[in-house]
Amino acid sequence: MNPDDLKYTRSHEWVRVDGELGTIGITDHAQKQLGEIVYLELPEVGHVYNANEEFGTVESVKAVSELFTPVAGEVVEVNKAAVTEPGIINDDPFGDGWLVRLKLSSDADADGLLSADDYEKYVREEEQGA
Amino acid sequence: MGAPAAAAVLKRTPLYALHKELGARMVDFGGWEMPVQYAGILEEHRAVRERVGLFDVSHMGELDVVGPDSLAALQALTPNDVSKLEDGRIHYSAFLTERGTFVDDLLVYRRAADSYLVVVNASNTPKDFDWARERATGQVRVADRSADYALIAVQGPKSAALLSRLSKPDPSDLPYYGFRDTEVAGAKTLVSRTGYTGEDGFEVYCRPEDADRIFRRLLEEGQREGVAPCGLGARDTLRLEAKMALYGNDIDDTVTAYEADLGWIVKPAKGDFLGREALLAQKAAGVPRKLVGFEMSDRGIARHGYPAKTAEGPGVVTSGTHSPTLGKPIGLALLPSAASGVGTEFEVEIRGRAAAARVVPTPFYKRPSR
Repeated sequence: MNPDDLKYTRSHEWVRVDGELGTIGITDHAQKQLGEIVYLELPEVGHVYNANEEFGTVESVKAVSELFTPVAGEVVEVNKAAVTEPGIINDDPFGDGWLVRLKLSSDADADGLLSADDYEKYVREEEQGA
Repeated sequence: MGAPAAAAVLKRTPLYALHKELGARMVDFGGWEMPVQYAGILEEHRAVRERVGLFDVSHMGELDVVGPDSLAALQALTPNDVSKLEDGRIHYSAFLTERGTFVDDLLVYRRAADSYLVVVNASNTPKDFDWARERATGQVRVADRSADYALIAVQGPKSAALLSRLSKPDPSDLPYYGFRDTEVAGAKTLVSRTGYTGEDGFEVYCRPEDADRIFRRLLEEGQREGVAPCGLGARDTLRLEAKMALYGNDIDDTVTAYEADLGWIVKPAKGDFLGREALLAQKAAGVPRKLVGFEMSDRGIARHGYPAKTAEGPGVVTSGTHSPTLGKPIGLALLPSAASGVGTEFEVEIRGRAAAARVVPTPFYKRPSR
């Protein structure tokens, strides 16, 4: 299930805002759709992004998918363990499989993102081929 | 993350309900709703390399070519030498255009001197049927029998052990690329020692109404071997490691048999066949490009259609994946012949980034000799 304390995007990323830091990952639904993840490309620390900007790619055996920032900010940490062993994104997408940590921009705004309930509703609609 | 594909009316095999029951993820594959994976591609891949896997490949097309002139017709339509086939034997071949490029790649089964079964790619079946029917001359009848067959592939080092317990006669002594009528789980089938995985294995051609029961019996009986149902995802990684070409990816009507490194199915000495002249001319002039295997030196997976850059000019990636057996990214590419030697370094453009790659010997994986 999708944790209530996270915010979600329609491109299936999540962000956990904690003070001025935002931790970003992909959802359980996303990892299931991709299948076993074998490659992960993440930015360097220090990179600055706007919201909804491509910050990396995730690849499974079958598919490649771009990753988009839910909020604006500067990369302060990347999950090196996930780069080395991308399978942990499948195993624990909301925990050990996080991707990057951002220092949020002063104008970063997570309020416009989806709540867990809204995201679940969105996934159901998407699956029904809406 | 991408958006889901638009819904379309898809064809289903007789095993559709069973796939759903087994929790398969279904995808559109050339107009067929097929399982891409059950437990996961890597796990299914491993099951086939180490134990045994079951695949539903009922979407494949089957054409009958029968009649007194069927041998002559197939000799004219395909590049391999059909006169060398004995009853109960199979060979790999193709339908080629006059340019020597692929209409499709296929298997020819010889039942008798005047009766052949030609197994073709699912999405090409209507095209192949028309192609063969329009060009087959003399006393020969070409019939699309695809609806009469379901097809289950039993692949892996333990496939013979599993299948032999359910089959009469025991298929264990079938030679590679041999076939015969066999009773499997009490049903009439044709079993051939063929596959698309690089492992020992069999393909069971059965009536559609028997497919569900046979598949279930193989799953039950195969518990002892650790059998796994496998989807098209694992089928693709398995065939790529074995460097088996995939129509629509590695070969199509722009690629000649020589460019595809499939010169071994071209037998100009047998006499005339469609594409022969063009192929002989290409061989004499020099084959301009060649399908080769490569490994990535840099990170990332090079996928179908990605541009390649060599010192001798441009090329293109035709297939690419993460090799579960080797644990690294591999692929096939059409490269200028002068840049196709083993060890040649080249670049692949992965979403705007240049990544280093290197031509390697193929197949990437060869099964251990028994």
